[in-house]
Amino acid sequence: MTAYLKLDHIDKSFSRGGQVSEVLKDIKLTINKGEFVSIIGHSGCGKSTLLNLIAGLTNVSAGAVLLENKEVDSPGPERAVVFQNHSLLPWLTVYENINLAVSKVFGRSKSRAERHDWIMRNLDLVQMAHARDKRPAEISGGMKQRVGIARALAMEPKILLLDEPFGALDALTRAHLQDAVMDIHSRLDSTTIMITHDVDEAVLLSDRIVMMTNGPAATIGEVLAVPLARPRRRVELSSDRTFLRCREAVLKFLYERHRFVAAAE
Amino acid sequence: MSIQTIEDTKVKAFPAKPAELVTFTAKARRRIDPLAIAGKLATALVPPAVVILVLLVVWQVACSSPTSSLPPPSQVWNEAYDLIAHPFFDNGPQDIGLAWRVLISLQRVAIGFGMAAVVGVALGALVGQSVWAMRGLDPVFQILRTVPPLAWLPLSLAAFRDSSPSALFVIFITSIWPIIINTAVGVRNIPQDYRNVARILRLNPFEFFVKIMVPAAAPYIFTGLRIGIGLSWLAIVAAEMLTGGVGIGFFIWDAWNSSRLPDIIVALAYIGVTGFCLDRLVAAVGAFVTRGTTAK
Repeated sequence: MTAYLKLDHIDKSFSRGGQVSEVLKDIKLTINKGEFVSIIGHSGCGKSTLLNLIAGLTNVSAGAVLLENKEVDSPGPERAVVFQNHSLLPWLTVYENINLAVSKVFGRSKSRAERHDWIMRNLDLVQMAHARDKRPAEISGGMKQRVGIARALAMEPKILLLDEPFGALDALTRAHLQDAVMDIHSRLDSTTIMITHDVDEAVLLSDRIVMMTNGPAATIGEVLAVPLARPRRRVELSSDRTFLRCREAVLKFLYERHRFVAAAE
Repeated sequence: MSIQTIEDTKVKAFPAKPAELVTFTAKARRRIDPLAIAGKLATALVPPAVVILVLLVVWQVACSSPTSSLPPPSQVWNEAYDLIAHPFFDNGPQDIGLAWRVLISLQRVAIGFGMAAVVGVALGALVGQSVWAMRGLDPVFQILRTVPPLAWLPLSLAAFRDSSPSALFVIFITSIWPIIINTAVGVRNIPQDYRNVARILRLNPFEFFVKIMVPAAAPYIFTGLRIGIGLSWLAIVAAEMLTGGVGIGFFIWDAWNSSRLPDIIVALAYIGVTGFCLDRLVAAVGAFVTRGTTAK
């Protein structure tokens, strides 16, 4: 398989008032089509910055992000982001929020009826069709995140970028949404990159786990393949030896070899 | 506390019997209750009515002496009865009911304030969006906004050589500053997340303005509009007193020149009620438009 997304020797530094701080250094990674990759690391290691670089929301200092051999230099709907705090527009209903994306992306290529069907199909996919006329303030945090995922999927992205999508949710809601994401991934075969700091979540969802070293000048410390068959079921996996071995590997990386140093913040 | 006692309290904390089913009787409760509505109206209307009555009595007593320089309410009622009872009479060019005069003034406010709203929101968006526009324009705005409305009048009379566009200009220049400043603050406060959504969707500047900026800044914009409409109502009455012609402001000046004090008092009541209604109108439109905007 050829590389779908290629991160080619990326450096990222921010300069403020003459002081240059290096955030990411020499990031090399290739991701195949249909792969689910998690990026895990301690807070402040620049994983969100890395996601923003892939999304095009910030630009690389050196190196390049290549999607299908084309350089990424600005944001676009083919790299849809699900934000940690859902980022739904509060003055629009659930339906209108998705419609904003759909009418922008498919305004010319789909008819009005087709767009409506497409919106409803994506709402069905996240099981939110019943709340189509509600405003974000009227639905729960987990539901908002579902709608955020539906909005991203409705853009029919080449890559789905999840920025700690379940970070603000309680454990039960999080488990539900993880199952939903796994289900969607298996149905759509969408190439997905997820930022997380939850080890179980990373092992459960990912084909590969990218582990970041601590900043400043963070880089990829290790990439772990998760050779678990899909579909995966969390209850069965909780005693599965491969699952436990992967989990242990990530934990060891995070807590023994690259322990979080508070002073680095 | 030993483990045993903790467990005891835990056990006791469970409900002794299962929760009872409560049937909802919402439908029965939703029926309109005339008594309740009357009660609500009374609590809203009685206190201000009492205060107004007391004020009228005090005024009547204070101005009843023959040497009093101002007319008491009874005299106002008798002498200006036509104006109070028939707001819409029309007996020729300069003899029309106060409602007509108010409407003429309102028309001017609508035009001047409408222009101020459009230009103000656009300029405010520019200042809020661009750091350089803010650095350049903000000091100018801060100085110009302190100029009193009527100080603009001679200059605009000189420029337009006509009283009507001058009055419009005074309204415009008076009400535009709070609109600009509040819009700019609102635009500056648009969360970065919304901007990121817009960037990922590749909204063009116009789409961003209509679909993200205006709704996101709407609570601020309407605060500015509300201040602006109050100021423009203040300005039009003052401007009309000086420019003459028609309108409620000119009516007051005219009444003063012909010593019709009761007429002036009636006109003041009209102006106050109209200003109140304008303020409430903009507030109501704002509440309708911004519903959901501020909620997280």
